Amino acid sequence: MNTRKFLKGIYALWYREFKVFLNERSRIISSVFLPLFWYFIFGGGVGTITSTGVNYQHFIFPGFLAMTIIFSSLFNGAYIVWDKKIDFLKEVLISPLSRTAIFIGKVIGGMTDALLQASILIIIGCFLGIPFTAANILLSFCMLFVLAIGLVSLGLIIGSFLESPESFGLVSSFVVYPLFLLSGALYPLDKLAAWLKVLTHLDPATYAVDGLRNVILGSSSMSFGYDLLIVISFDILMIFTGTWAFNRMKL
Amino acid sequence: MTETIEIKNLTKRYGDLVAVDHVNLSIARGEIFGLLGPNGAGKTTLLMILSTLLKPSSGEAIINGFDVIKQPSRVRQSIGMVFQDPSSDELLTGYENLKLHALMYDVPMNRIDEKIDEVLTLVDLEKRKNHKVKTYSGGMRRRMEIARGLLHQPHVLFLDEPTLGLDPQTREHIWEYIESLAKKTSMTIVLTTHYMEEAEKLCNRIAIIDHGQIIALDTTENLRHTITGDIVSLKGKNLLVEELKKLAFVKKAEQFDDHLQLTVENSGKNLQELLRTAGEIDFVEVHSPDLNDVFLYYTGKEIRESEGDMTEHIRSLTRAKQK
Repeated sequence: MNTRKFLKGIYALWYREFKVFLNERSRIISSVFLPLFWYFIFGGGVGTITSTGVNYQHFIFPGFLAMTIIFSSLFNGAYIVWDKKIDFLKEVLISPLSRTAIFIGKVIGGMTDALLQASILIIIGCFLGIPFTAANILLSFCMLFVLAIGLVSLGLIIGSFLESPESFGLVSSFVVYPLFLLSGALYPLDKLAAWLKVLTHLDPATYAVDGLRNVILGSSSMSFGYDLLIVISFDILMIFTGTWAFNRMKL
Repeated sequence: MTETIEIKNLTKRYGDLVAVDHVNLSIARGEIFGLLGPNGAGKTTLLMILSTLLKPSSGEAIINGFDVIKQPSRVRQSIGMVFQDPSSDELLTGYENLKLHALMYDVPMNRIDEKIDEVLTLVDLEKRKNHKVKTYSGGMRRRMEIARGLLHQPHVLFLDEPTLGLDPQTREHIWEYIESLAKKTSMTIVLTTHYMEEAEKLCNRIAIIDHGQIIALDTTENLRHTITGDIVSLKGKNLLVEELKKLAFVKKAEQFDDHLQLTVENSGKNLQELLRTAGEIDFVEVHSPDLNDVFLYYTGKEIRESEGDMTEHIRSLTRAKQK
């Protein structure tokens, strides 16, 4: 398959994801409001009993950026199980596109959705007094971008193995929430018990949250470059696994 | 080369079940070809293999000069497919679904909109192109998916049970679209159906398929003339079957569960004698043979609506589970 057709195929899949995103406003609204509820209600409540040095609500805001990416990316990827159910996946798989092009197109589509949602949250953050500057927004986007790529891929890999949408709930309980809760989005990592610390360091989102907190608030436990490198390694692993999973996927 | 589709010894096994059993078939360019058989006969499995979504266990199939196993991508570019179940994204508009298809099949960018209008006009949907698919009726959605299958100008269009689940009026409409399509283009159309009427109305040639095997293959005309004479069905407790068989104008007598079926020459003239010979009769019916009788003749049974083979069965189970 030549490069032009390959890229056009990727554009086709992106086009679909993007149009669905625009057509489904309820998904956008819920994905933006969920973190805001956490910010105001959870952050406001727990903030009264913690001492993290900075304002607790500010402390968890980078975590919520990561949260938006985690939820939207994984669900977007695993959504492919619905495509299976409605036979839309057959229409895609029967096209002359290679499975690799289909996978990459879906990753870029899902990543676009996730980043658009995060952008809305960043704009809201500016009004909430989060110390955003042009430079740290740019660096934040780099981190959110690489995080989204890896997590959409992970979602697609899981979705390609799922047989029916009922198992979707399992993704939420056993993948989405653990990744979010272990990421350090809600608490600092340095005072954790050893076993919990090990688990948090196995979670790629931990490095994203740390990196975001670094560039936005100037507080972190690892360097930004190190964080970025870990998440990129995760991406590479996921892209290879995802390409493999798509090539073996049967209907 | 005039054969668009060449199938040799094609077989698909699922464990012990043989869904497609050594099928040999050639379909010429421009034909409207029907695969007629009951649910679970292996029609859909055969289409899945021809459209490269399933790999055969053995045998080969060539479509438009390309091998379905060795050149799947070239085969896919050559075919259009309309699936049995809806396969469009209902959150998108008709236009968006078609544009996605055009992009995937590499229709030139500057011709996409023009092609979309062209195929939508063909199925009378141009007015609804900017409406979301979830607002479409079942028949509109099927028409949209037929239009989509045509968008990249395939050499072969596969229609899997094109009117399944549609009401009779919509069914007639779809038939009209398929017929006008065949007239306007020189495309080869292969459709599966378990509706006799559909096969009879649309197809030039028909293969009757049962338990994965082709048991009859001929033009619709010839198939219909397989049976010469009329069909007389008799019901009665003590019919004199042996006496009836002796009559010169009775060509064939077959006993079914609840009735005796005779093939009778010139029934208009001979019916009286037949009834006189038959003994005590509860019920009699005379009709000229149609495809249903042809099917009965070859398979020895009525076309079944409810039974299914393994794949169909599993499919319906998973579907039921998902609902």
